[in-house]
Amino acid sequence: MSQLFEIFWSFLKIGAFTFGGGYAMIPLIQHEVIHRRGWLSEQEFIELLTIAQTAPGPISLNTAVFVGYKYRRYWGALAAVTGVVIPSFVIILFIAIFFAGIRNNIWVDAAFKGMRPAVVALIVAPIVGLTKGMHWRGVSIALATAVVVWYFGFSPIWLLIAGAIGGVLWYARRGEEAEL
Amino acid sequence: MIATLIQLFISYLKIGFFGFGGGYAMLSLIHSEVVVNNAWLTNSQFTDIVAISQMTPGPIAINSATYIGYEVAGVAGSVVATVAVCLPALTLMMLITHFFLKLRDNRYMKGAVRGMRPVVVGMIASAALLLMFSHSEDGKSFIDGWSWAIFALTLVGSARKVNPILLIILSGVAGVVIYGL
Repeated sequence: MSQLFEIFWSFLKIGAFTFGGGYAMIPLIQHEVIHRRGWLSEQEFIELLTIAQTAPGPISLNTAVFVGYKYRRYWGALAAVTGVVIPSFVIILFIAIFFAGIRNNIWVDAAFKGMRPAVVALIVAPIVGLTKGMHWRGVSIALATAVVVWYFGFSPIWLLIAGAIGGVLWYARRGEEAEL
Repeated sequence: MIATLIQLFISYLKIGFFGFGGGYAMLSLIHSEVVVNNAWLTNSQFTDIVAISQMTPGPIAINSATYIGYEVAGVAGSVVATVAVCLPALTLMMLITHFFLKLRDNRYMKGAVRGMRPVVVGMIASAALLLMFSHSEDGKSFIDGWSWAIFALTLVGSARKVNPILLIILSGVAGVVIYGL
């Protein structure tokens, strides 16, 4: 039981301090899980990052499941997930309740008018880096996906499924070295 | 009420299950469920949640689940949506952790992952386009020249590795100065 609580507590801390997306939390996890608790080795941690990026779902959530499960199986995974989710759940619930009352305040409205274009810029920023080094076929697929989802309102789910099937067929035919 | 809770549960189960490629890629998926399919939020409300999510800890998928769940069906809604978005990761990751060493070198697995990669990049781009050029009038993120100036400055700041939380706060302050005074 105390081990489960340790897992819960460690991930509660990780959940409370992961501002700015999954990658920002990597040093925090390293400190807590490898150096402080010794639940994972460095080698296992690198494995973990590969899986957490490949599997669907937020990286922090995937990390929690991986570490919890490795250490204490199902209950460990559940304790870790509960820990990592609770801080953001409580904070956002508080904001949702509170925000409804101040949404139409002119200052709040003005601040959000300023923040919206900044949010869009933060989403645009990583795209350049991601397309760098990509084959023209990959870039075309990315472009087509963007247009179909944005303009025609297609659900990205079907495109992900098509991409997965396409990838399997492509590499089955062309071999693993072929660029996509 | 029950029907709404079930719809929330299904939507967030989908978001959790198909949320490949990290937070920004997930945005277009969340947008498709929340704005396009169910019309729970307008486009600009959606952008506001992304801004709030940037400034608070935790992944956007979970933050949006809690927030939208509350908006649509109160505290019960926020619990249902948050649990739903976590369930796929919980079950899939246990399976993957269990079988990973066998799966890692599987060629079908590799092909599927590589095939999804360009789609994920396209999903990020579509999220940006959806917020830039909304189909509806009330959902515009860009309202005037100031908007484009803030957009350009944030882009420069981001390229120079300025902390994104700081960029959001600064643009909020700019918003108050430009539109509030």
